[in-house]
Amino acid sequence: MTTTADRSALPDERGYFGGFGGRYVPETLMPALAELEEAYRAAREDAAFGEELDRLLREFVGRPTPITRADRLAERIAGEGAPRVYLKREDLTHTGAHKINAALAQGLLAQRMGKPRIVAETGAGQHGVATATACALLGLECVVYMGAEDVRRQALNVFRMKLLGAEVRTVESGSRTLKDAINEAIRDWVTNVRTTHYLLGSVVGPHPYPLLVRDFQAVIGHEARAQLIEAEGRLPSIALACVGGGSNAIGLFHAFVDDPVRLIGVEAAGEGLEGRHAAPLAAGAPGVLHGSRSYLLQDAHGQVTEAHSISAGLDYPGVGPEHAWLKVSERAEYVSVTDAEALAAFRLLSETEGIIPALEPAHALAHLARLLPELGEDELVLVNLSGRGDKDMGTVADALGVTL
Amino acid sequence: MTDRIAQLFERTRAEGRPALIAFVPGCWPEPDATPGIVRALLEGGADAVELGVPFSDPLADGVTNQAAYQQALDAGVTQDDVLASVRALREDGVSAPLLLMGYFNPMLARGTASFTRAAAEAGVDGLVVVDLPVEEAAELAEPARAHGVHLVYLLAPTSTRERIAAVGEHGSGFVYCVSVTGVTGARAQVSEELPAFIARVREHAALPLAVGFGISAREHVEEVGRIADAAIVGSAVVQTISEAPRERRHDAVRGLMERLSGRATAKAAAS
Ligand SMILES: Cc1ncc(COP(=O)(O)O)c(C=O)c1O
Repeated sequence: MTTTADRSALPDERGYFGGFGGRYVPETLMPALAELEEAYRAAREDAAFGEELDRLLREFVGRPTPITRADRLAERIAGEGAPRVYLKREDLTHTGAHKINAALAQGLLAQRMGKPRIVAETGAGQHGVATATACALLGLECVVYMGAEDVRRQALNVFRMKLLGAEVRTVESGSRTLKDAINEAIRDWVTNVRTTHYLLGSVVGPHPYPLLVRDFQAVIGHEARAQLIEAEGRLPSIALACVGGGSNAIGLFHAFVDDPVRLIGVEAAGEGLEGRHAAPLAAGAPGVLHGSRSYLLQDAHGQVTEAHSISAGLDYPGVGPEHAWLKVSERAEYVSVTDAEALAAFRLLSETEGIIPALEPAHALAHLARLLPELGEDELVLVNLSGRGDKDMGTVADALGVTL
Repeated sequence: MTDRIAQLFERTRAEGRPALIAFVPGCWPEPDATPGIVRALLEGGADAVELGVPFSDPLADGVTNQAAYQQALDAGVTQDDVLASVRALREDGVSAPLLLMGYFNPMLARGTASFTRAAAEAGVDGLVVVDLPVEEAAELAEPARAHGVHLVYLLAPTSTRERIAAVGEHGSGFVYCVSVTGVTGARAQVSEELPAFIARVREHAALPLAVGFGISAREHVEEVGRIADAAIVGSAVVQTISEAPRERRHDAVRGLMERLSGRATAKAAAS
């Protein structure tokens, strides 16, 4: 029996959150995962590593990112007497999304392990850009795998990665999106494991990735917690974030998991849960994909099915094992919003607050729009604004029928 | 129940030669292609056959096998269809060891108990599950043992002594030694680190050792035969099938196996 008190102590030593997680990978990678786990453990205990990471987060990433009170947004949604809403501004980090937090930290870990080469996958391109940025800063060789479909949708980010000195390899197999980019990055890693660190971009994959990416993203929630207490003298009543693989959501939730705070994750319902979507927690089933056991989109025969979301960063058929555990243990709630709802929220935030969000956190904002009118005046809602919308201009213009 | 895998290794050891194990994706290139291909492989000199179970995300496979799996999936092939091919071969009197090689999720989706029972009933002798390391395997290993199906573990050149020992302790049938750090696919040469790797495995594992990944020529089989108990040939079979016109497919497969097993040279010498 896991009590509330030891929730934040998971995963266990085998990398499990309840029945989710583990290490389902080819044998070739098992020693590398053990090495990574060991290196992470040592780094965590080494004050010098923490100081170096803190310095880079401060001087390079621009942390702490502020929280912003969004009164006009709240009032537009819920009218006079709307509950207070704060946005955690990960969009203001260098490179424009939370992905940089874990990319930089893993880059430092790779240096410690003496691995000069980095491979990464990317969907929206945000993690690819963050990785290419960290590699440029730290002097590491960088290869980014990206599905052909995403290369098309996110041409600007492809160009950014190349400018940063990364090699971008287009993946033509399978659905030609994020899941196939991960397959290809893992194949590269299997082949070059002795010199290469796989810099995974979310809380997915085999243990210890869900643990270390969470820990490196937990800075989001820890900062926001202190900032809200400072601003409002209390904890939020609700913490809200979008869920693709789940790293920005876990990064926000982790600081509150042992507090009386409602945690709500928002998946991408795409065209709707009856159609094509990217909501494994809402409409998938437990299974094994990319090295860990969690919820995923699959058919009756255990074949992984293609995800769909207007947001490339949420367009993934799996989800991190800790979210699966938070769901089944009923510590967090998971809901989903459609492409159309996300687009509407994207415009809403732009117009009311002067902040153009990425399409991913627009999903969290869309749920906020549903939730807020039902809440009492004294609730306090914290939304993770995981990234900015510059990368999505083409997609949004297309969706709105505008030619640029 | 007879243990076809154990019997095979007894026989090849007595004959002083390595066993030759062929890999081919199940129900590929057409859903009903497998029985004919397996018979041709065995006629040409394969001692056992591994049938790949198509999976949507084969992350340990190179492009050749990926494309074959995708083709099978596009044709609607399921794990049950591969089992049906095994059943058909057994009903036809085929007695060589037949194994399934695949990924864990389709087995998990069916339920490991139900899957291993169905595999045993179809006549499957062993399972090779590339994304199921020994630490995570109990859930499949227990029902497999109960149904008399070997769960064959893989080891790689990167495997540590502790991991080799764990596979030596829990392994069954044989150990699948991955010859390279890499994915499946034909390669020009057998890895230079292979002899040292095999020697490390021998120290801690009493099971027969089979070497796979990248073996595509008779010289590779001979080289492997000097240090291990079996050579596994996969991508070369897939390539041969892909390139042969359909009406010549079985001849091409038989010919490949004759060359790899050394029968072709024996035949030539005799005539
Ligand atoms: C801005 C932003 N938010 C969210 C995500 C989704 O990832 P995760 O669920 O791991 O936070 C992405 C992925 O690219 C992203 O770019």
